[in-house]
Amino acid sequence: MEPIKTSTPLLEVDNLAVKFATPDGEVQAVNGLSFSLERGQTFGIVGESGSGKSQSMLAIMGLLAINGRATGQARFNGQDLIAMPAEKLNRIRGDRVAMIFQDPMTSLNPYLTVERQMTEVLELHKGMTRRDATARAIQVLDAVRIPEAARRIRMYPHEFSGGMRQRIMIAMALLCEPDLLIADEPTTALDVTVQAQIVALLRDLQRDFGTAIIMITHDLGVVAGICDRVMVLYGGRIMEQGSAESIFYRPTHPYTLGLLGAVPRLDHEGETLLAIPGAPPNMARLPVGCPFSERCTLADARCVTDRPPLAPAANDESVLRACHKDAVHVMQQAWKSEGAKVKV
Amino acid sequence: MSDTPQQAPLLSVHDLKVHFKVRGEGLFPEKRTLKAVNGVSFDLYPGETLGIVGESGCGKSTLARALLNLIPASSGQVVWMGRDMTSAGPEGWQQVRKSVQMVFQDPLASLNPRMNIAQIVGEPLRTHHPELGNDEVLARVRALLLRVGMSEAHMYRYPHEFSGGQCQRIGIARALILEPKLIICDEPVSALDVSIQAQIINLLKDLQRERQLALVFIAHDLAVVKHVSQRILVMYLGRVMELANKHALYATPKHPYTRALLSAVPLADPKLERGKVIQLLTGDLPSPIDPPSGCVFRTRCPKAFEKCPLEVPPLKPIDADTQVACWLY
Amino acid sequence: MLFSQKRTALIDQLAQATPAPVQSRRSPWADARTRFMRNKAAVISLVLLIVIALACIVGPFVLPYDFDTADWDAMSLPPSMKGMHWWGTDESGRDLLVRCLIGGRISLMVGVLATIASVAVGIAWGATAGFLGGRVDSVMMRIVDMMYAIPYLLIAILLVTILGREFYLVVLAITAFSWMDMARVVRGQTLSLRTMEFVEAARAIGVPTRRIIFAHIVPNLLGIVVIYTTVTVPSVILTESVLSFLGLGIQEPMTSWGVLIEDGTKVMEATPWMLLFPGALLSLTLYCFNFIGDGLRDALDPKER
Repeated sequence: MEPIKTSTPLLEVDNLAVKFATPDGEVQAVNGLSFSLERGQTFGIVGESGSGKSQSMLAIMGLLAINGRATGQARFNGQDLIAMPAEKLNRIRGDRVAMIFQDPMTSLNPYLTVERQMTEVLELHKGMTRRDATARAIQVLDAVRIPEAARRIRMYPHEFSGGMRQRIMIAMALLCEPDLLIADEPTTALDVTVQAQIVALLRDLQRDFGTAIIMITHDLGVVAGICDRVMVLYGGRIMEQGSAESIFYRPTHPYTLGLLGAVPRLDHEGETLLAIPGAPPNMARLPVGCPFSERCTLADARCVTDRPPLAPAANDESVLRACHKDAVHVMQQAWKSEGAKVKV
Repeated sequence: MSDTPQQAPLLSVHDLKVHFKVRGEGLFPEKRTLKAVNGVSFDLYPGETLGIVGESGCGKSTLARALLNLIPASSGQVVWMGRDMTSAGPEGWQQVRKSVQMVFQDPLASLNPRMNIAQIVGEPLRTHHPELGNDEVLARVRALLLRVGMSEAHMYRYPHEFSGGQCQRIGIARALILEPKLIICDEPVSALDVSIQAQIINLLKDLQRERQLALVFIAHDLAVVKHVSQRILVMYLGRVMELANKHALYATPKHPYTRALLSAVPLADPKLERGKVIQLLTGDLPSPIDPPSGCVFRTRCPKAFEKCPLEVPPLKPIDADTQVACWLY
Repeated sequence: MLFSQKRTALIDQLAQATPAPVQSRRSPWADARTRFMRNKAAVISLVLLIVIALACIVGPFVLPYDFDTADWDAMSLPPSMKGMHWWGTDESGRDLLVRCLIGGRISLMVGVLATIASVAVGIAWGATAGFLGGRVDSVMMRIVDMMYAIPYLLIAILLVTILGREFYLVVLAITAFSWMDMARVVRGQTLSLRTMEFVEAARAIGVPTRRIIFAHIVPNLLGIVVIYTTVTVPSVILTESVLSFLGLGIQEPMTSWGVLIEDGTKVMEATPWMLLFPGALLSLTLYCFNFIGDGLRDALDPKER
């Protein structure tokens, strides 16, 4: 999908940080996140638990828990969402920016019919009458391929299967034809065949509506299928950021390499997987330097004490990476002791 | 390693069915049955890994529990090391439990929050070998914890203090302490992060090689199963669709459902992933209370024809490596 | 290539070097205790309760008056700090403070005994019903429902009229109607524990049923039992007070808070302190139990991390 370059990017995130005040001390969930998104582009945010991928997007949408605080800027069409007061944010949420979540059952109100939940959005943001709103809702349900939409719209969420509920979520998100759709692990709870349908649906909808999509997931396969650009997070910080081709075919960060090597691949023969040693980071006690230093086989004393800045890679300026070791060295040496089969 | 027909199978399952009675709706509810497992047959040989894949509702978890009699089978046979377990009472199964253990999907939930690690891992030993002294038990627990990548310092801590991956290692240690011949793994890595998944998968493979363990590895992720198993069993709505040797299944899948499953698995490779043709399945999963007549997959199968609704296709071998239940063959 | 040993060694190294990812090595009980201590209301209530209990036990020995010695020279004295009777006297000249403390002994003792009995019956009933399930469970729970339906005052009156007002009978009567809540709560918890994966794991290991109940189910019940016990105690004390108030409880010359309150209401217009002090003491004790119960519930809730 060719990004349509306009003068201002659709979303510009600048040094976003998210902190939580917990009884055990302050937890820095996200730190120094910056990226930009053009109209119609798909951006993948990849990470495991503790990477901060969900929290960063929740911060942008103003949906953080009560003990969370976001700093930095997230400029949507030029307006900063982080500092925006609630009433103003409410007019943008649901209308210009929409979000869908992992578990469709808990994201849909079990006591309201699908119709009511959808018409509510239209009545609120577009001032439509109930009848017009229903007609439009049926249209969008058709677009997400719910069979017999006109009849089914009056049913309750529990009467649908998981895959269909997720489509309803997507339909609700698209009702106002938003410029940006944020999808937080939309397919993780679904079976693989249903997942394939949803990803295909999102691709088609993006083509038809021109919506930009931010896809948060830990599944590299899904990212490969739909994302133009990818950002890899670990411990709340960006490890590597670049086009999908660069990240998948020419990864330059030890974590990215490790992740790609650890994913079981259908097209490989079933050799030993690369196992990144150690455990997910303890967000309350991150190392002072690079958050990945605890688990990186290339890490040295400098990596632990000195946080590497996010900078363009030497071999490809469009890729940003946060690593003290240079790209070529990493590509050749990382995980060698683990028997890396990652071919570069 | 996969096909050693000379060896007797460790486990033989014949036409296993697990049906649950379900209350119907309305004023005079009719009795209905939920056919969770509806006729599964396979053999498992010593030292091999059988992967069981299927999507939600296919009955794989119920099957796992029926193999251990955690859920009683409604009909069919489970033959363990030549012994028919249908007539075996609780004592019979108790004997079997010394040789068959299980690892569960949710690592933290499978550990008693009020027991420390040493107690958890030592419990099977204390149950089946009460003659062992405390020191002996602790020594074995210690050795096993080290083997699975934990340390002695962890012995007196509690489950909530550990991460998912560590809890799963503890679960594996607990499963190993009786030196079983078979470990049934019910989605052991589904709840774990990708990097931790790889650790646990590698651990299981190493342990299998070291100890000649047979594994039944249940998962919904075909790519994971490929890395662990020699043979794969594909389930749909309580029945077996295909049972094949790994290479045969992934290179030349025979059953339409297997083909659809394989094409749907997302590849971590943008060019391949975007260029591939996915066989999208139409329709929804039918209810296991009222499965379709004949071949249960026919309502969503792109290749269904007149014979499919009429009769249930039997699982029959079509070559040395593959058995399929489909009227196309 | 496979460097299996090297990998194992690396994992070992890291496992030993990496500290466990949560706060520190603590048993779930120690964790709960810390959370309880953070709850100021609960801690203050606990301290207060201990003070009251100690006062009731030790006080009467320390104070110069007996609870049942009449002093015709000091009838119906109002409370005063300067005088001998800090809380005043009743119409027979008996010191109110001592009587309150002695009454406290009885009320608290009845409270503790009846609670222990109800908790024991409740756990046994609830755990059995929950674990066995099926028809046994249905029958046992219907009996509980029937017990709820019976008006306990009626039975208490009957019992007392027929058998007299002995101390043990009061405890029995109160127990008979206080165990049901505990039974229902324990049954509910047992039902949910039965389906937990660690119980399934225990069955898969082949742990015998009896040991599953004692080693797996009961320790996980203790949390909710403790909470409900602190709810049962005030309820029991209150029941005893009501019975005594109606003249069905403790006999003269023994006294309890309920008796004192009953006596106090009779003379509250002329000598209001006779009602105020025992009433305040009872209320304060009940409040303390409430706050402690709340604190325990929050502390033992596994979702509070």
